[in-house]
Amino acid sequence: MEIDPFIFRLSIFILSIFVGYYVVWSVTPSLHTPLMSVTNAISSVIIVGAIIASLAGTNLSVFNQSSIFGFLAIVLAAINIFGGFLVTQRMLAMYKKKKKDKK
Amino acid sequence: MISANLLAIFYLISGILFILALRGLSSPETSRQGNLFGIIGMAIAITVTFLSIDNFSSGFLYVILFLLIGGSIGAFIAFKIPMTAMPELVAGFHSLVGLAAVFVAISAFISPEVFNLGSSGNIKLASLIEMSIGAAVGAITFSGSIIAFLKLRGLMSGSPITFTGQHILNLLILISIIVLTYFLCLNQSPNFFWSLIVISFLVGFLLIIPIGGADMPVVISMLNSYSGWAAAGIGFTLENTALIITGALVGSSGAILSYIMCKGMNRSFFNVILGGFGGTDQTSSKTSKEQKPVKSGNADDAAFLMKNASSVIIVPGYGMAVAQAQHALREMVDSLKKNGVKVSYAIHPVAGRMPGHMNVLLAEANVPYDEVFELEEINNDFANCDVAYVIGANDVTNPVAKTDPQSPIYGMPVLDVEKSKSVLFVKRSLSPGYAGIDNDLFYRDNTLMLFADAKKMTEDIIKNL
Repeated sequence: MEIDPFIFRLSIFILSIFVGYYVVWSVTPSLHTPLMSVTNAISSVIIVGAIIASLAGTNLSVFNQSSIFGFLAIVLAAINIFGGFLVTQRMLAMYKKKKKDKK
Repeated sequence: MISANLLAIFYLISGILFILALRGLSSPETSRQGNLFGIIGMAIAITVTFLSIDNFSSGFLYVILFLLIGGSIGAFIAFKIPMTAMPELVAGFHSLVGLAAVFVAISAFISPEVFNLGSSGNIKLASLIEMSIGAAVGAITFSGSIIAFLKLRGLMSGSPITFTGQHILNLLILISIIVLTYFLCLNQSPNFFWSLIVISFLVGFLLIIPIGGADMPVVISMLNSYSGWAAAGIGFTLENTALIITGALVGSSGAILSYIMCKGMNRSFFNVILGGFGGTDQTSSKTSKEQKPVKSGNADDAAFLMKNASSVIIVPGYGMAVAQAQHALREMVDSLKKNGVKVSYAIHPVAGRMPGHMNVLLAEANVPYDEVFELEEINNDFANCDVAYVIGANDVTNPVAKTDPQSPIYGMPVLDVEKSKSVLFVKRSLSPGYAGIDNDLFYRDNTLMLFADAKKMTEDIIKNL
């Protein structure tokens, strides 16, 4: 009897939920906004699906019904990836500790 | 071209890097490194996807082109956006993830052979269900986030929009989604697929309109969670580990944040989702209280009080964000420190419009993060503090939450501001806060109301220090 590959993916999924649960609980509350922007950026890894979809066309017709949706998804996900990571970087750069010499 | 197994391993590596990215956020010191891990993870995922493509058709050039277009738009937004606009930016980004999920699902439905999911009209059943879930959740995320964005941006009224039969309508729509998915699986007709997407858009819309402005922290976190589940749904369809891991991470992250926000308001998740909180029906005890005396003062009084205090706790809220008062506040604190006053900041979990909103604004104004404390850390200090300076917060300081079981906010954890020797409350008028109830604090003997715009009042105080 063979195990359906779906079960493997489901296992990965469930275990990742648990990993996410424990990792996110340890995030300090003051960084909850960067947490949201970085999760936003990483969920845009959906772009890998978009890239595969956009290459559904052939050399003769790059744009067909299916690939157009792929290209649109690439643009949306790319906005999110670059925007999400950069804005997170910008926010995190602002978090500073008290300077000892200043006081 | 690299083999499918190698590809899967690289996706796993980027999944792990994403976990490390979130792990880094456990402290500000490690957070920047964490973000770098996230970027590397994303770069690996995109690169290996390119390498997995065997025919470099001319379509490939377009992929790069569109990637750069989107990337430059994103980078432009990221550099230009003011920190006060962060809640609507995050809502906007959520909507893009949702829509991207819908587009990928549509593409997979039209050309399943590209993704090895069978052929058009004969898609594998499991894939069809996964893709329906991805598309439906993605569509809900998209339209829900658009409404949240409009409300946060002020382009749409922040007050809840309710009508009779709202919940029944939502229930009917939810049932129809399940029925549609069932029929879609039976005969794979594109009509069912399109109707499913349209109806899901409607759900997102209907789900968010009854939720008021101050409940937005819950809504944003919830939509964050949805965008994760949508990505996971697509991940199952495409059999892609990176997407499944990321989707699960983001989904559980958003769910935890929603839980923390609900707890910060002592309300159940369903209570928030069903909406309508803070409507007009809570005017009961208002009239009797309007007669009470209120002490009001000016910037001079406030400056005098704070200058002579030995410790001051600042309680910022959404009003500070609206008035953009964080920089003025920081200047005020600087001159207080020169006078030898000990200053710290107290942040309520639901202050502002998104989790951690106040912390980002204070960080922007160069407030060191080790002067900023969470509710549990600082609440006992109010009893020993001379002045509490409440700027733009209201309901989160209301002592009624501890004393009056009839109050809609009873049981909500609040900052014990009233325990400090004197309270300076910056507010434009005596109007009630979001919960629609009067704040008992206004009428206390130790409260001095400062009726003005938060930024202007703070600037005036600086002049008087």
